[in-house]
Amino acid sequence: MKDFKNIFDSYNWDDVKQSILAKTDADVLQALQKERRTLEDFKAMISSAAMPYLEQMAQLSNALTQKRFGKTIQMYAPLYLSNECQNICTYCAFSYNNKIKRKTLSDNEILREVAVIKEMGYDHVLLVTGEANQTVGVEYLRHAIKLIRPHFSNISIEVQPLDKADYEILMDEGLHTVLVYQETYHRENYKIHHPKGRKSNFDYRLETPDRLGQAGVYKIGLGVLIGLEDWRTDCFFTAAHLDYLEKTYWQTKYSISFPRLRPIEVGTQENSSMKSFTAFMSDKELVQLICAYRIFNEEVELSISTRENEKFRNHIIKLGITSMSAGSKTNPGGYAVEPQSLEQFEISDERSPKEIAAIIKQQGYEAVWKDWDRSLVNG
Amino acid sequence: MKPLIIGDKTFGSRLFTGTGKFSSSQLMEEALLASGSELVTVALKRVDVNSNSDDILKHLSHTQFNLLPNTSGVRNAKEAVFAAQLAREALETNWLKLEIHPDPKYLLPDAIETLNAAEELVKLGFIVLPYIHADPVLCKRLEEVGTAAVMPLGSAIGSNKGLRTRDFLEIIIEQSKIPVVVDAGIGAPSHAAEAMEMGADAVLVNTAIAVSENPVQMAKAFKMAVEAGRMAYEAKLAKPKNFAEASSPLTAFLED
Repeated sequence: MKDFKNIFDSYNWDDVKQSILAKTDADVLQALQKERRTLEDFKAMISSAAMPYLEQMAQLSNALTQKRFGKTIQMYAPLYLSNECQNICTYCAFSYNNKIKRKTLSDNEILREVAVIKEMGYDHVLLVTGEANQTVGVEYLRHAIKLIRPHFSNISIEVQPLDKADYEILMDEGLHTVLVYQETYHRENYKIHHPKGRKSNFDYRLETPDRLGQAGVYKIGLGVLIGLEDWRTDCFFTAAHLDYLEKTYWQTKYSISFPRLRPIEVGTQENSSMKSFTAFMSDKELVQLICAYRIFNEEVELSISTRENEKFRNHIIKLGITSMSAGSKTNPGGYAVEPQSLEQFEISDERSPKEIAAIIKQQGYEAVWKDWDRSLVNG
Repeated sequence: MKPLIIGDKTFGSRLFTGTGKFSSSQLMEEALLASGSELVTVALKRVDVNSNSDDILKHLSHTQFNLLPNTSGVRNAKEAVFAAQLAREALETNWLKLEIHPDPKYLLPDAIETLNAAEELVKLGFIVLPYIHADPVLCKRLEEVGTAAVMPLGSAIGSNKGLRTRDFLEIIIEQSKIPVVVDAGIGAPSHAAEAMEMGADAVLVNTAIAVSENPVQMAKAFKMAVEAGRMAYEAKLAKPKNFAEASSPLTAFLED
């Protein structure tokens, strides 16, 4: 059986980029008028030719999202367990070469963080770590999931890519979802953004969703970091990856995120500075992308984090999004243990989950805190 | 209108409803009250059975609402049986909408797992209403293992496309000895009326009410459509004629 790597290798980055640039008004119109859309239609909808049709795309995205997901937004909170990391990623504050204080939460500290997150109203949690296999390996994750399982209905992770057998171990403890972003599908430049550490292995990362599908994880989260390479080409590959996965692992759910790079703190604790990234994508383009994903795939979940600012998040609720975080801390211990420690990235929307739930209500939607039951997961 | 009897319950309303996708639990409550529905399905995964103040359940605590827990989220018979037992304990009812859709994209039901789970759940004393394809043979098999009704789909869940499975629904209705509830795909009151005119015993509607601009008014529209369709069925609808009246009959010579 072909895995995604075979399909991926049949594409050429520059050809894909050119084919998106070549999309015309007529291609966009045709895409919007169809009942089910292909990858070529997706290219048309993310191309600049689609810009004049943004309002129509937004209306369509709104209607399709309501049909499938109703007037609801699911709520989740990230819980950073560790910032230890052996990888160098040029855009990340936890990068190995960034001289910051490293921290991995103990059991007691995890439970203190859990108490605060529960108090905020959350029942779905996303565990996040860097990649440090000695201290934060499979055994640490297994133990952490076991520890927090009684407190949450749904547990997701966003950690280093693992082997299939490792995912199976974690699923036995109650793991539901795994997020693993490719960061970029530009094979050559991936090496520039990830010069050192296990993460520099492009293919192992690319093949991770296949391993997840084979392990039978309930939901797989895909995405690229927007700001590293041409977002249109990168998002095309995300859509192609999704298309392949849905047909191959048809019992699995999928979600997509579209994190735009935020400023990060670099240097030492005494002498730090902020590193920012060129804005590769405007708000308009992000709306275009979200609508394009929705119109391309009516069933995929679309998630937005606190990387985006208040105004944008207020308005994006109606445009195709199905899940949101709020009140997030992106540093291990950020909720209770060490609120002042270094964050992975600076968040743009600091409003509390209750405030966000009120905004969601104002927009005519309901914030959903529980949409899974731990009894439904094996183990 | 004749009342509908399923298991140990008698229903005045033949409109069953779902509880998902509403913009608030308050609005859900108002719409379901307006629908006149007496059987409302609720996903086990959405309710917090450990809390005494679950928001959804609070809004469903009216005497006319019988709860029909569903197993949405399970992927096979084993998980369904486990979830059913939890639902029975938590919601204090042995009624169950058995939903096994391992395909999270179109939420299409798995016939094999559903039949296996239904057989076991009936033995465990559940009143089982299985969500299935409009498959007449499967319906007879489910009837044989003792389900209280069958719930064949009109079209894919949430699609609002109406009775795309019409030909098979007609066979199911003709052959069934247990109530037939058309579930999924009913997007307009006219679809509901069509199902009732065909002789379906009830319909289940969720998305079309929950996602409309005015769920309360839409719920009333469905209530009226279901009643109209049922009344027409009971009054014996005139069938459209398949043959024209020939002016020179071919069999007239037999009368000579």
